[in-house]
Amino acid sequence: MSIFGALGFSTPWLLLGLVALPILWVLLRAVPPAPTRRRFPGVALLLRLKEDDLQTDKTPWWLLLLRALVVASLIIGLAGPVLNPAPMGENGSDLLVVMEGSWADAPDWAAQKQEALRVAGQAGISGRKVAFLQLTAPGSAVVFSAASLAQRQIQTAEPKAWLPEGDVIGLIAELGSFDSYWMASPLDWPGRAKLVSELLAHGELRVSLSQTPTMGLLPITVTAQGVEVHVSRLSAGQATQVRVDLVGLDPSGVERRLQSVPLTFEAHALVASQASEVPQEMRNRISRVVLAGYRSAAAVRLVDDRIKRPEIAILSGEIAGREGLTLLSPDHYLTQALAPVADLINGTLEDVLLADPDTIVLADVAKIGAKTAMVDWVSQGGTLVRFAGPRLAAQSFNSKEDDPLLPVRLRAGGRTVGGAMSWGAPKTLQAFEVDTPFFGLPTPDEVIVTAQVLAEPGPDLAAHVIARLSDGTPLVTRKTLGQGQVVLFHITANADWSNLPISGLFVSMLERLSVIGSYGDFKQQALAGTTWQLVRDLDGFGTLKTVGDRAGVDGQVLAASRITAETPAGVYQGGERRWARNILAQDSVFTSATWLGAVQLVGQAMARPKMLGAGFLSAVLVLLVVDILATLWIVGKLRGRVVGALACFLMAGLTTEDVVAQTAEARAIQATRNVVLAYVKTGDLGQDEISHAGLTGLSLALNQRTSIEPVSPMGLALGTDELAFYPFIYWPITLGQSRPNADELRKLNRYIKGGGMILFDTRDSEIAQYGESTKEGRLLQEIAAGLNVPPIAPISQDHVLTRSFYLLQEFPGRSSRGTVWVEAPQSLGEEIEGMPFRNLNDGVTPVVIGGNDWAAAWAVDLAGQPLLPVGRGLSGKRQREIALRFGINLIMHVLTGNYKSDQVHVPELLKRLGE
Amino acid sequence: MIPYPPLNEALELASDWPQLLAQAQRLANSFSLGGHGRRRAGTGDVFWQFRQAQVGDSLRAIDWRRSARADDQFVRENEWQVAQSVQFWVDCSASMLFASKGSSKHLRAATLALAVAVLLSDAGEKVGSSDGLLPAKVGRAQIPALAQVFSRISDNDFGTPQSDDLKPHSLAVFVSDFFGDFAKLERAVTSAADQQITGALLMVLDPQEVNFPFAGRTLFESMSGRLRYESQKADGLRAKYRSALQDRQAALASLAQSVGWQFQCHTTDQPASAGLMWLYQALEYRR
Repeated sequence: MSIFGALGFSTPWLLLGLVALPILWVLLRAVPPAPTRRRFPGVALLLRLKEDDLQTDKTPWWLLLLRALVVASLIIGLAGPVLNPAPMGENGSDLLVVMEGSWADAPDWAAQKQEALRVAGQAGISGRKVAFLQLTAPGSAVVFSAASLAQRQIQTAEPKAWLPEGDVIGLIAELGSFDSYWMASPLDWPGRAKLVSELLAHGELRVSLSQTPTMGLLPITVTAQGVEVHVSRLSAGQATQVRVDLVGLDPSGVERRLQSVPLTFEAHALVASQASEVPQEMRNRISRVVLAGYRSAAAVRLVDDRIKRPEIAILSGEIAGREGLTLLSPDHYLTQALAPVADLINGTLEDVLLADPDTIVLADVAKIGAKTAMVDWVSQGGTLVRFAGPRLAAQSFNSKEDDPLLPVRLRAGGRTVGGAMSWGAPKTLQAFEVDTPFFGLPTPDEVIVTAQVLAEPGPDLAAHVIARLSDGTPLVTRKTLGQGQVVLFHITANADWSNLPISGLFVSMLERLSVIGSYGDFKQQALAGTTWQLVRDLDGFGTLKTVGDRAGVDGQVLAASRITAETPAGVYQGGERRWARNILAQDSVFTSATWLGAVQLVGQAMARPKMLGAGFLSAVLVLLVVDILATLWIVGKLRGRVVGALACFLMAGLTTEDVVAQTAEARAIQATRNVVLAYVKTGDLGQDEISHAGLTGLSLALNQRTSIEPVSPMGLALGTDELAFYPFIYWPITLGQSRPNADELRKLNRYIKGGGMILFDTRDSEIAQYGESTKEGRLLQEIAAGLNVPPIAPISQDHVLTRSFYLLQEFPGRSSRGTVWVEAPQSLGEEIEGMPFRNLNDGVTPVVIGGNDWAAAWAVDLAGQPLLPVGRGLSGKRQREIALRFGINLIMHVLTGNYKSDQVHVPELLKRLGE
Repeated sequence: MIPYPPLNEALELASDWPQLLAQAQRLANSFSLGGHGRRRAGTGDVFWQFRQAQVGDSLRAIDWRRSARADDQFVRENEWQVAQSVQFWVDCSASMLFASKGSSKHLRAATLALAVAVLLSDAGEKVGSSDGLLPAKVGRAQIPALAQVFSRISDNDFGTPQSDDLKPHSLAVFVSDFFGDFAKLERAVTSAADQQITGALLMVLDPQEVNFPFAGRTLFESMSGRLRYESQKADGLRAKYRSALQDRQAALASLAQSVGWQFQCHTTDQPASAGLMWLYQALEYRR
């Protein structure tokens, strides 16, 4: 494709045809317009004449211009003009579509994907082979194949929660020459420059830069009052507001937004921070922090145990009040060690148990008062950490039964080593064994133990020991109790027996026991020997997904590794502890990608290519028509018939109206010449057909049996047809029909007022029983709401309809159950002695409403045979007959009014005559 | 585009001679002239004068009733009524069927000729066709026959009058566009004049043939399509055509003058009565 500014051409060589335009100009001038043929008797005189001016009649310049335009448009149209063309090389080489597919692309993923699909599709159209490469998830090889295959790959590609590695170079190094189209995020990543130069070595490289800003959540800082969130962005320049949501389980266990923290980026700031007060209880429930409105893995920060501030109760056997001896107090170091990371609870054991802390530390407490309550608490998941001391050592243990709140049975007394009054040197720590929680922690030599309590040897002692002194005696023992655990440090919590409590190792040990969360990030050192298994991972969009079984990863390795496909971001489980690995670290800095000059940058937000070929070709057609007209005009043929034809063409719309008017007139004549039964066209073709057939059947019966001789029925469109011509209108209610508009209602009201009758048939009496209303019924109510229908009542046994021709007592159609409603009698006439009927109605009921589907019962086919089955056997036959009789009565009633009602006087008249 | 019916259609149209007849009759009825006696005594039906009987008059010639009123014998003389033969030639060639608008030249020519024939026949003259198909006879019965003759359309582009069967000392009326071979026409007219025949040449033209309102590249075809002439620039040809037409008219006029005939040009957009007037007077004068 060659590009001129914003305009490109897919087959630019066709434009060479434009050079031929001047030639066309000359040719058109040279070739005169085709001669007009004329019959002309004067030719006899002409034969002797000689034209001296042999110059041809010139084609007018504007016609020439028109034709030149036609040809030019044709050439340009066929050359495939594209406005804002996709800047892709058209040299026919293969195309590699590169997508980074990292978390930085996730916010823009849909657009990138579409762009990639479009580019691949376009390359496919021009017959190039296409390969697709997602840098974060490179396949085993890059293969150029049909564009559709690459498109399929692009369709299924998903962004990953890590940055691309530069290791795809091996995949493409061996490939021949190809062009590349790179959907790039603005973020730089290691190895990118190398890949760029590699791609440039193979051919052209175009880069479509994502315009979406890159942002990410930095680690959360836990403060005493709550949390502080930090958001980092790639490029400064504009003050922006973002919102960070703290998401976690609410008290009912449903994950929801617990709190929102608004942040403001100063115009030139790359990082925005905001502290937010979060209640302790709520903070412990935070499971992740989300940068709202930014769909990326970097905008999600998973939170692990480290954010929690456990509640720890420290109880000591020391009687309080020994002033000045703070440093000697058994719980001083504990308090110092735990206070920054935990909320400490003070009080008596009973009170503390009520507060349900995470951990209770007992420093040299021998006798536990509420022992049962304590056991219960531990069994429910509490961690009891006990420290030895003189009191515990002095405790005499019942050798018969184990103390449930001690991991091992202790010997009475204790042991002092390396003291002034003892032999031997103070003991150092033995390296931690593999399957103990402390495995991997260093054992500094300066940590010494001078006194300890000893465990009673037993078969299960070794299982409980998790730390030993250099002589193999237990230093820390542990046992599980229910869901909780009991840990005993065989030394004091102060520096009396050992300097362990004042060493850094002590804190690490407490961390490992998950008594406390670790400060900040996991220290690589502190992770030695731990194994972590990925349980849930983040995808590129920042969605947490449960993963299947994954091999464990060594803690140190995990801590050292970046977020990659092997060690993705997510939640790792290591023993009791959970470790959330997130995209950004404390020191993460975004760097903008810079692109070499040889790279052609394309903004994604650029105008989409627009094919103009069709427009040009249509213009050619229009111009050709103009040319035809112009040519006709020039040679003088644009007259008479042509103009007439054009006029006909233009007037076609008007003439149809004429035709309609004519048919309307014919209909009116047809309708008024004879009695015509009419039905309302519902728009439901099937129903209209039945209505027609039904009224045909009724008309036939009327013709055969009565002096009413209707001709074939007509369908009415309420909007256009005049109603006044028809004495009787059958109106089946179908759900699809439109409600009459105001005009139509006026028309209907006039019709009713003028003495017409409408038979509304909801055709639903089979289902509308026992007062149930059907959709048809409701629709009828809707329609009737606009009509001036008088009050109606169920038809009475002596209504004139029951005797206007036949004597009837029921009015079945295809079904026979429905009630038939007619205009309510204006006055309840009194029964007169000897008269079978009351004098009720003095007029024709304007509406008859029922649901018996009469038309279906009346319907006959062309041969006059019933169209639809009614009932079964003889009773069905009878029902059809009664239905027809009802129809006849109805039409009689319509046409004769209350004449039959007057007949009630006959007995009276006869009586009088007799007298 | 000039609407012209195909030839066979035109033939049908023209063969509808009753219409032609009616048209001619109507035209003739609208036309009222004075008596057309020879204004001297002779054989005829109309009384002319009584004169004294002279030697040589047969006894039977004496009008006894008049003679009884006087002493002399009178002879009743009727006005001399010589039935002059007028023979018509209406060009029935294809070119006459041309009509740019309204009636064709042929219809006009036939109408005029027939109308004159009606008038002459009413005046007691003998009318007939010049080609000998219909010898000149007295009586209204000639008119329909004449109309039939005029309706026989020929297939040729242009027509030439036949003068061989003309009766000597008679009148001849040639109605045509005279676009045909002038030499033949000249021969026909002079040979007729040699037989002491006088007459009139009426040139009937279509307005388009007079005005030549064409422009642009045009292919002119004769009615049968046998003759063609392609003009690159018809509007440039107009003046030449007109002068050619004038030359032809002048030639016709001088031809007529040389033999003592009358010549007139009539276009179909003129009222037919004007043509009839001229034609009748031309014949009246000669008769």
